[in-house]
This record gives sequence, C-alpha cells and structure tokens, in this order.
Amino acid sequence: MTLNLLVAGLLFTPLAWAVVSLLIGFRAGRWLAGAGMVLQAGVTLGLVWTLTGQGGFEYALGDWQPPLGIGLRVDGMALTLVLLTTLVASACGLHAAGYLEADRPGQRYFWPLFWFLWAGINGVWLAGDIFNIYVGLELVTLAAVGLVALSGEPPALRAALRYLFAALAGSLAFLLGVALLYGAYGTLSLRLLAEAVQADGTGSAALALMFAGLAVKTALFPVHAWLPPAHGIAHAPVSALLSALVVKASAWVAIRLWLDLGPVLGSSGGAFLMGLLGTAAIVWGSWMAWCQTGLKKLVAYSSVGQVGYLFLLFPLTFAVSDRVAELATQGVMLHLISHALAKAALFMAAGNLIWAVGDGRIVSLAGAGRHLPLSLFAFGLAAVSIMGLPPSGGFTAKWLLLQAAWQAGQWGWALAVLVGGLLAALYVFKVFAACYVDKASGDDFHYPPRRLDLMPLGLAVMALGLGLVAGLPLHWMGIGGAP
Amino acid sequence: MSPGLLYALAGMLLFVMGLAGFALLRHLLRRLMAFNLVGSGTFLVLVGLAQRPDGEPDPVAQALVLTGIVVAIAATALALVLMRRWFDLTGRTRLDGEADE
Repeated sequence: MTLNLLVAGLLFTPLAWAVVSLLIGFRAGRWLAGAGMVLQAGVTLGLVWTLTGQGGFEYALGDWQPPLGIGLRVDGMALTLVLLTTLVASACGLHAAGYLEADRPGQRYFWPLFWFLWAGINGVWLAGDIFNIYVGLELVTLAAVGLVALSGEPPALRAALRYLFAALAGSLAFLLGVALLYGAYGTLSLRLLAEAVQADGTGSAALALMFAGLAVKTALFPVHAWLPPAHGIAHAPVSALLSALVVKASAWVAIRLWLDLGPVLGSSGGAFLMGLLGTAAIVWGSWMAWCQTGLKKLVAYSSVGQVGYLFLLFPLTFAVSDRVAELATQGVMLHLISHALAKAALFMAAGNLIWAVGDGRIVSLAGAGRHLPLSLFAFGLAAVSIMGLPPSGGFTAKWLLLQAAWQAGQWGWALAVLVGGLLAALYVFKVFAACYVDKASGDDFHYPPRRLDLMPLGLAVMALGLGLVAGLPLHWMGIGGAP
Repeated sequence: MSPGLLYALAGMLLFVMGLAGFALLRHLLRRLMAFNLVGSGTFLVLVGLAQRPDGEPDPVAQALVLTGIVVAIAATALALVLMRRWFDLTGRTRLDGEADE
C-alpha cells in the first residue's frame, strides 16, 4: 500500500499537475507548483525511509506483470537520483517562479512542460526495462524541446528544432537497439537481459546502436553541437534544468546499460573509444567555454566538457579488478550528482547576473562584483565544485576517478581529469575577471528580487558540501535492487 | 528465409534510407519525413524479429510498436508546430547558418 502511494506520488502526480496547470495559467500555476514540490519532497523522504529500511524492490504498475505491464526497479541508485531530481527541480521551479515574466504569451506553457519533464525524469530513473527507458527519455526530450522554444522567438525556435532533430535521431538509434535485443533474447527487462545476454554479434551491435543514440542525447563530443545553442538560449532556470537533469538522464541510461550488459557484450576497443571521446569532450568543451563571449554560452560549453568525465566510466570498469570498477562507478556517480547541483547553481546565478546588467555578454558584467555579490558568490562556490577543488563534491568525484585510473594502471585518464580541472579554472577566472572590472558609469543596474539569490546559493552550498558528506549518497547507492 | 526476417531486413533498409535523408536533407519538412521513415523502419525490425517459434504473432512487440507510434506522432506534431512558427516568423524552410554556431 505504501509502495503504491510512493510510486503514484513520484510518477503520476507530476502528470496531474501538468494537466491542471495547463488550464490555470502561469500565475496560479506557481501556487500549484509549490504544493506539488512539497508533495514530491514528502514522497522522496518516504522513499528514502522505505529503502533504507527494507532495501530495494521491484514494482509492477497497477499489478500488471511484465512483459505487458510496466515493471519498475527501485534501488539505491534510483533513490539517490530521485532525491537529486527533487532538490534540483524544486530549486529551478522556485527560481523560475520569480525569474520568468508572467505576462509573456508563451509563459503559460512553462508549468505544464516543467511537470511533464519531472515525470519523465523520474520515469527514467525508475524504469526497469529498456523500452520504458525509451518512453521516459522521449517524454523528457519533448518537454525539454518545448521549454527551449518557450519564448517563441526565431533564435529559440532554431535551437529547439536543432535539439529536437538531434534527440530524435538518437532516440531511434536507441529504439533500434531495443528491437535487436528483444529479437535476440526475447526480454526487455534489464535484470533478465543481464542474465540472458551472450557475447554475440547481434547483442554487441544493439549495444553499440544504443550507446550511439545516447551519446547524441547526452551531447558527447563530437555530436555535441546542438547543446550550446539550446542551453544558451533558454531561460536561465530552464537551462539549469536541462544541464543538471535532462543530459544526466540519458547519460545515466548509458551508465546503467554498460554496468549491466557491458561485461558480456562490451569490448575493450569500444570502452577505450568511449573514454577517448569523453577525454576529447573534456578538452574541447572546456576550451570552447573559454573562447565564448556570452556568459550562458560559456556555462553551456562547460557542460559539454563536464559530461565527458561520465564517459571515463567505460574504460575504467571494463576488464579491471572489482575494486577499480567500484571506485570508478562511485566517482562517476558522484560527479554526476555534484555537476547537477553545481551547474544548476551556475546557470541560475548567471541568469541573475544577466538580469542585473541587462546583457548576456561577459564584458558587460563589469561592476557586477559590487552590485550583486550574492549571485557572484553562488557562482564562485559552484565553480569550486566544477573545478574540482576540495572540499567540493567535484573534488571527491575526481579523487575517486584518479584513484581508479591509478590502480588500473591507465594513466591517460588521470591526465584527462587533471587537465579538465585546469581548463575549468581558466574559464571560471575569465568570468570573475570581467565581474571585478570597475566601471565608472555603472549605475544602470536592475536588481533582481533578492530571493532569486537563494536558489543558486543553496545548490552551490550543497555541491560544495557534498565532498564532506559523500559517504551518505555512496552508501545509499550501494543499496541493491530486489533480492 | 522466413517472412519475419524479410520484414526485419526491409525495416533495416528503411532505417538506413531514412537516416541518409536525415543527414543529407536540409528542408525541414523533408527531414521530418525522413525521421518518420526511420521510425517506420525501426518498427518493422521490432515486429519482424520478434517471431515466436509457434508462428503466432508476439503481442509484446505489437504493444511496443503501438506505443512507439504514439511517441512518434507526438514528436512529429511538436516538430510541425515549431517548424510552422519558424516559417511564419522568418519565411524560411530550413535552418540556415547551421554550421556557424
């Protein structure tokens, strides 16, 4: 009974809020969103309590058993990610409530899309079979594209269309992989697949197709070109949602597929290739971030770079000792979490700064250091985690990855981690240098509402503190699935 | 060669044709049609490969394809709305200057 309520709360109430807020408009939608967030927080706490008490479980929606019914797999990883989603999405929603102008024509669609996105993301975390992962990813993509296009201006439309086409191509590659796996093994459940797969051509081809599709959706170098325009042009809280959660959903599907099926279907060449692309993403994304003249474009390119770290998982978990694989998995998951917190904070702080100076260029930030210290402070705290300095979550994640690379004797990946940190410091410093230029005639400031500083600050503090309490999420992630 | 395998191979062919169109065409409407072709190819592969030994159709594969069609229609509708708005505002049928961003 409790389980029914928890799952209903996680998956169905967001869909209900989406439909209702479509009817009531943006202003009233804020209140509904507040109530919905409180409910999500309660349900998430309930899930924490349930899982720490009794361990993970599998759940058949409406008592319809798989394969025709929808089976959910609720384990420690899913729990941690649901918790992350509740934190980040609530912060982004609260920020959007004050940040977006209520009277713009497209704005009434914000809350419906926001809730559809939330439902889809929770669906991806909890899905126990590869087809429902596909459905969840599609729901996320369609909502995210709608959010990018929210303003209805031509640049936003162009970015949204590019995003949509890229994401659709990725989805279909993924779906073809699903079709091949189902044809070969007759099951969709991840758990059953992990037992059934044998090293053969069909399985490997299916896995390669799925990873190709997921790489496009995660904006892995060199198929990242859609991300910077889309994340750069969206409203700041939307960019925060997209970079923190949407990109992570497809990345996490790749991680889960690799951990479940990779040991049998993977090859060292494929794992090396993914690691190489991840390394290229770290270098290229960070370098391009440094080259940008627009603040949000810089933060968006930083996402391209940071996503690269996630793909170091592939070489560091293939054909290595269990200890190394565990370290690498923990490091990558911790990086995923800390980057989600830090990047959401960066985008929201950037949005506040742009609001203040009325211009998205980095040179226009001159004088912001004096007028908007709190937003800049949040930007700085979050940047500490992006750069990977102690005591942040980013530092602990990179430390674990370095240890894994050391113990596996694969030095190259350790070098990639270190170079990425240095490049991140370069582009972060570029923003700060611009903010502390003193401007003689700097009176043209529009102060954003003070409460908008709270959301980025809160998330940035969490990203920073994550390094000190990293044991807790790592412990939760260790909670297994159904016995 | 069993009919199922024939369907699957035809599906693969459609998938590759659609993908080529997706990569090569620039007109927005044509790209969308290429996407739909890729989708149809995928569905054919899904139905064609999932043959049960007794020759009966596999209900799971059909349920999946049905869901997949719904998702594809939703995506097509969203793309059409965005494309119409893009055309109304700019009068263009393609996203020019794609390479420079």
